[in-house]
Amino acid sequence: MTDLSRDIAARVQVGFEKGSPIDIGGAGTKSFLGRPSPTATTLDVTGHRGIIEYDPAELILVARAGTPLQEIEDTLDSRQQMLGFEPPFSAQGATLGGAVAAGLAGPRRAYSGAVRDFILGASFINGKGEIITSGGKVMKNVAGFDLFRPMAGAMGTLGVLLKAALRIVPRPEAEETLLHEENDETTALEKMNRWALQTQAISAAAWDGENIRIRLSGSSAGIAHGEVQIGGEKLTESDYWNDLNNFRLEFFKQQGRLWRIALAPMSGPIGMNSPQLIDWGGAQRWLMSDEPADDIRARVAHLGGHASCYSDDPAVPTFQPLQGDLLALNQRLKAALDPAGILNPGRLDPKL
Amino acid sequence: MSRAKPNSDPLIQQLRSVLPDSCIVSDPASMKPYECDGLSGYRQMPRVVVLPTTVEQVQAVMKACQASKTPVVPRGAGTSLSGGAMPHKNGVVLSVNRLNRILDIDGQNRCATLQPGVRNLQISDAVEHLGLYYAPDPSSQIACTIGGNVAENAGGVHCLKYGLTVHNILQVKIVTLNGDLVTLGSTAPDSPGNDLLALMMGSEGMLGIVVEVVVRLLPRPPLARVLMAAFDDIEKAGNAVANVIASGVIPAGFEMMDRAAITAAEDFVRAGYPADAEAILLCEVDGTEQEVNAQLDRVKALLDKAGATQISLAKDENERILFWSGRKNAFPAVGRISPDYYCMDGTIPRKEIGNVLTRISAMADKYGLGVANVFHAGDGNLHPLILYDANKPGDFVKAEEFGGEILDLCVAVGGTITGEHGVGVEKIDRMCVQFDEATLAQFLAVREAFDPDGLLNPDKAVPTLARCAEFNAMHVHHGKLPHPELERF
Repeated sequence: MTDLSRDIAARVQVGFEKGSPIDIGGAGTKSFLGRPSPTATTLDVTGHRGIIEYDPAELILVARAGTPLQEIEDTLDSRQQMLGFEPPFSAQGATLGGAVAAGLAGPRRAYSGAVRDFILGASFINGKGEIITSGGKVMKNVAGFDLFRPMAGAMGTLGVLLKAALRIVPRPEAEETLLHEENDETTALEKMNRWALQTQAISAAAWDGENIRIRLSGSSAGIAHGEVQIGGEKLTESDYWNDLNNFRLEFFKQQGRLWRIALAPMSGPIGMNSPQLIDWGGAQRWLMSDEPADDIRARVAHLGGHASCYSDDPAVPTFQPLQGDLLALNQRLKAALDPAGILNPGRLDPKL
Repeated sequence: MSRAKPNSDPLIQQLRSVLPDSCIVSDPASMKPYECDGLSGYRQMPRVVVLPTTVEQVQAVMKACQASKTPVVPRGAGTSLSGGAMPHKNGVVLSVNRLNRILDIDGQNRCATLQPGVRNLQISDAVEHLGLYYAPDPSSQIACTIGGNVAENAGGVHCLKYGLTVHNILQVKIVTLNGDLVTLGSTAPDSPGNDLLALMMGSEGMLGIVVEVVVRLLPRPPLARVLMAAFDDIEKAGNAVANVIASGVIPAGFEMMDRAAITAAEDFVRAGYPADAEAILLCEVDGTEQEVNAQLDRVKALLDKAGATQISLAKDENERILFWSGRKNAFPAVGRISPDYYCMDGTIPRKEIGNVLTRISAMADKYGLGVANVFHAGDGNLHPLILYDANKPGDFVKAEEFGGEILDLCVAVGGTITGEHGVGVEKIDRMCVQFDEATLAQFLAVREAFDPDGLLNPDKAVPTLARCAEFNAMHVHHGKLPHPELERF
């Protein structure tokens, strides 16, 4: 439990005055996402840690950015609660700050929301070294711009997160995975999306080329109903979703660049002759492919989606580069929060 | 709508070169309905009202306004309760009411593409045949527009379980002040770049004009049932709410009314509420029949344990609608017992409900004004209705002071000055209580990133630092700002 807010603010202030870039350092579990500026010095924020407030009855938890996710998850678990966004890499030491910055959410994302949907408020240090606090710790709050929400997924480019207030969810009473044999991609997509209309109990849906797996979460009654709607074989392999979320499935051990494709769930097959694993009921598709990056991105953009390259290759920007008016707006927002451009420059987009 | 008459105002001349005459309203009688929104105490006639019918027209209006440095006030149905759509005296009111088409319904991807003037309830009606609906349901949902919902990040009775507007929007297209059309978000999750979509939600029309919205649709739950529980003590009712949520049940709706509101509602619609109760709770759960029954059993046991004097389960859909009718008509019901009422909108942690209601009641005695409480208990969003008489000299000023003290209390117990109605013009000074100087300056800098000339809905939502200095100077007690001990988080 250490509050290093002032030390971190002072470091950023020096960076602002000197115009020297800072690479915000957490546990480093997502260092494969984006590339730090070669001239940046690392600002380690893992010492700024500790759960500040946990009120199970209010369904809120406030913690400092350096707090390990594992510590938060264990605390919540002791009161039959959990994080609603299922972040990866808890076991590897990932911190809350890194989870928010990267904005990565697990298999439940398509059914219960993104990282930003579970943040109620945050304090962060802007690029001038000032402490900014937006949002709060109540469920409904429309006072002021919600600057805390874009912190999720900004890769630290808009501010150094100090603490976040999270909306917590009850841990489902029960959970179960059903397996359906299916080797046709279009049919698999159709089935996963049809079932999502028939039962609210679905908390994950994936297709690996041979089988559809559906996870049901909720009350025993809700799961029983879901089983009747969906049918299929009950699975006992309990770690499937965790392995998927943490890139531990055999699929991820294949050769090639790992691409993360985001699409509207019922977008047709992307039609590349490369190994593919579909998650989020079709909205997130993992692709192992050494096809040229521009070809992949053009094909996905044509379907209304975007592609991120999760393999370290200096020639390929991790995230789909921004263009035109949207790039200009992003640049102006970045300048409003970090006028000297010192916070994780280039980590989210080469031009940010 | 009357045709625009010849007018020597150069702005109107210029607007006429980019818009058909039928899209311009400039005579005072026709502009009258636009002089205020749902917060009718604040009024201002605009310079001109435009009602574009195409996105290109919106772009042209924005370019014309930027060139002439003219303020623009966007407007949906004008149901805002915080003066967010109050006109600017030198400015244009840009109404999105004629951009009111449903552009696409995609049942497979469970989303719909709408123009901003589409009404909230119209969305659910249009997708009902697919077994889908749009979840956020502000009480003005018959009239309010999706564009206005985005600007206010509208909530409603069901947001405890299904989220606010921000959780149910996939994409918006905005026209910026310089006339650019920019798409934020997408139907694919986690769009590249910063989450500007989230930033647009609740930005009260200060960052851009929303010209298209893609909403997420949810499967309609097969069954919803509602319980009514009566309590002889308001604190017990407040604690019951906290206990139910803490148990792991997330009701679809969880509302509370105090004695004044119960009496007014009962006299008005005869919803079957026990007249001798100090507080009632309405708790709705939805899902499949099995899930609903399992949840109802748990909720009943918890309410009983919390000391409910009566628990009634609506026996059928008719009785469910009857139970809700008292809650849904509570505002007009209160309107019958008092010449005027002033509706507040603070949010507090649930565990503070009993404490805060008791203190509001003490304030009511101090100000000599009545108060009725009707609110979204499940998420701690209070709606104290302060009763006053606008014809009685000094009464509204007293009501405003009373309201301000309630909001300060909400902040002091860890809450916020507005849960869902927005800051607008009404609560702009209270922003100085909730946020520190650095944060307010940051808000202003973000605004400038979108609108360097400060022309979009000026003087609303975010106060200037000079304004706060003035406000704080007036509200300093014994040399201290209100609640200096607060970390304001």
